[in-house]
Amino acid sequence: MTNFHTISILVSNESGVLSRIVDLFSGRGYNIESLTVAPTIDRLFSRVTIVTDGDEAAIEQINKQLNRVVPVIKVADLNIGESVEREIALVKIQVKDEEKSDILRIAEATNSKIIDVTDKTYILQAIGDEKQIQALVEMVRPYSVKEFVRSGKVAISRNSQFSNIKNL
Amino acid sequence: MTNEVCTGAQILLKSLVKEGVKEIFGYPGGVILTVYEALYNQKDIKHYLVRHEQAAVHAAEGYARVTGRPGVALVTSGPGACNTVTGIANAYYDGYPIVVFTGQVGLNQIGNDAFQEADVVGITRSCCKHNYLVKDVKDLQRIIKEAFHIATTGKPGPVVVDLPKDILTQKTTFDYPKEVKIAGYNPNYKGHPIQISKALKMLSEAHRPIIISGGGVLTSSAHEELLKVANMLKTPVCHTLMGTGTFPANSELDLGMLGMHGNFWANHAVSHADVIFALGTRFNDRITGCLQRFARDAHVIHVDIDPCSISKNVKADIPIVGDVKNVLEGMISEFEKTNPNIYVEDKNNWLNQIEEWKRNRAVVKSPEGKLSAIDVINKLYEMTKEYDPIVCTEVGQHQMWTAQNFKFNKPRRLVTSGGLGTMGFGFPAAMGACAAYPDKLVLNIAGDGSIQMNIQEMATCADYGFKVINCIIDNGYLGMVRQWQEKLFHEHYSETKISHPDFVKLAEAYGALGIRIEKEEEIEPAIKKAIEAKCPVILDFVTESMEMVYPWVLAGEPLTKVLLSNDC
Repeated sequence: MTNFHTISILVSNESGVLSRIVDLFSGRGYNIESLTVAPTIDRLFSRVTIVTDGDEAAIEQINKQLNRVVPVIKVADLNIGESVEREIALVKIQVKDEEKSDILRIAEATNSKIIDVTDKTYILQAIGDEKQIQALVEMVRPYSVKEFVRSGKVAISRNSQFSNIKNL
Repeated sequence: MTNEVCTGAQILLKSLVKEGVKEIFGYPGGVILTVYEALYNQKDIKHYLVRHEQAAVHAAEGYARVTGRPGVALVTSGPGACNTVTGIANAYYDGYPIVVFTGQVGLNQIGNDAFQEADVVGITRSCCKHNYLVKDVKDLQRIIKEAFHIATTGKPGPVVVDLPKDILTQKTTFDYPKEVKIAGYNPNYKGHPIQISKALKMLSEAHRPIIISGGGVLTSSAHEELLKVANMLKTPVCHTLMGTGTFPANSELDLGMLGMHGNFWANHAVSHADVIFALGTRFNDRITGCLQRFARDAHVIHVDIDPCSISKNVKADIPIVGDVKNVLEGMISEFEKTNPNIYVEDKNNWLNQIEEWKRNRAVVKSPEGKLSAIDVINKLYEMTKEYDPIVCTEVGQHQMWTAQNFKFNKPRRLVTSGGLGTMGFGFPAAMGACAAYPDKLVLNIAGDGSIQMNIQEMATCADYGFKVINCIIDNGYLGMVRQWQEKLFHEHYSETKISHPDFVKLAEAYGALGIRIEKEEEIEPAIKKAIEAKCPVILDFVTESMEMVYPWVLAGEPLTKVLLSNDC
């Protein structure tokens, strides 16, 4: 069984740092299932969240290798201990008149929002964990999905000791 | 004078002086000309002009290996920078400190496919410890300070600084930073005391302990502590290729090299040990053989400054992240405080067992008619040992014969490419050694294949009077590959027979001394002449083609399956 881990990496916000991390994954044959990156509240730093898979030894190596990258400040495997994670998905569906009420019901059932409406299309937005996003995918599948975009995962530890740098 | 306004090029040189750099190896070109102009106008730094940028980096690494101080290379953009990649990767793999300065096209031209543009930061990212593209002249001195700090601390390695042309002409105040602060870079030098006590207990109580001494022992200059620990715990020591010289070959606890071409007894001792104390080694496949069958009964204590090396290949029971010297010092003081029972009788039995294994030696048959490479290398050792020479090698059979037959009692005497296995490394590395120690005897033991990979450096040697004695084991083949073909590919010598120019004439063409040696009685006089010569030397030892390196553990086999001769 594939064992997914969510790795949260605090880095200096400098050019090339993402390449260093991505090169490390490709060069050593690790898989990237999803990746998100954005600056923290302090723009001197960025947060990279990578979902990867591997056995314990591989995850340990990934952690150590990441720590060896000079602009990497902190690495946390969020599968160890409690954490909260979210993804976002946007779906554009071409809707016939008789389907409109179905889509509204799906939105309600999956806790999604309709964020854009034209006479031919609806755009749904879902925010949730992987299961919630997957539920939306399954429910809209019978309809005419024109476009589907999905972010990688962002995750945050519930542990109060995670970051020793304030407000990051 | 401290707050003088200088150009980027001047700042580069002033920063090098601040870092204590006296010698650099390089090759000029378009975008880096301003630095060469600045070099022209100063006297603090000596620049050695090589004949290929790869050689500049190898020479810088050779310099770093023999001195322990960082080596520096300076090259231009594009092809100049691309030519440095092998050298950078070599230093990264074996963990030696070098700083490589590469020219770059102007900041406004980057990304426009300008003449001699290459994405150096991108190209070198995965083969150096860290790299920088300087985007503001105000950052230059801080970056140089950081580059030297990163190169020389933790597990040392290469750092690349890419210098756009316009940065080198812009001006700012020179005020070299006194300290370095890098949030994400804090190597841990001190081993955890609880782990050290646990390790000491395990080693004291062990019945069949062994120490594996790797390159990290050399880097941290821990050879004296290692000798003390081995003696106090009565524990035998074997070493990796990179650990050569970290334990005196004349100690009775010395088992020599382990691994693919290591000693039978060293491999057996590791395989039957109950405790392995691994110091500064990555457990590369060349020392473990088949990983699944490696030392299955052993508990492993692994000390390394690089956490990545621990439990990467061999799972550590007691991991200790730290500098080997610190950890061993901690262990010695703990030992002196607690004076634990080391179960001398068990240890003696174990040493006796190893003594018995020592009867299994490689069978060396002297070839008829032609010189034996092994005899030549032994003779070289005998005739040069009184000079305490620095011995560089290229990569292949001659490298293994040198590692097996030269006896090193001191560190930093064998200079050889271990991890990357770079043919063409030895000769330029020997130039680096000559630049560092002009009065020292420097040998480069080479094959007739590998010497041709950087032979253009004869000109550099001639220019600067680098008296490298190139001892070519000339067997007409890429010998190590041929050896594999003989055993594993039905003697199909596919593309391994290799020709070469007349090395004697070649030496003469470069103003060097060249001697061809074909008979046994010619060996001694030739070596004597070489030692006495005042110029670079090529000794062309024409040797038997089919000689093999034994002992030999075939790739993928367990360490105990040691072949000792052709008949195995």
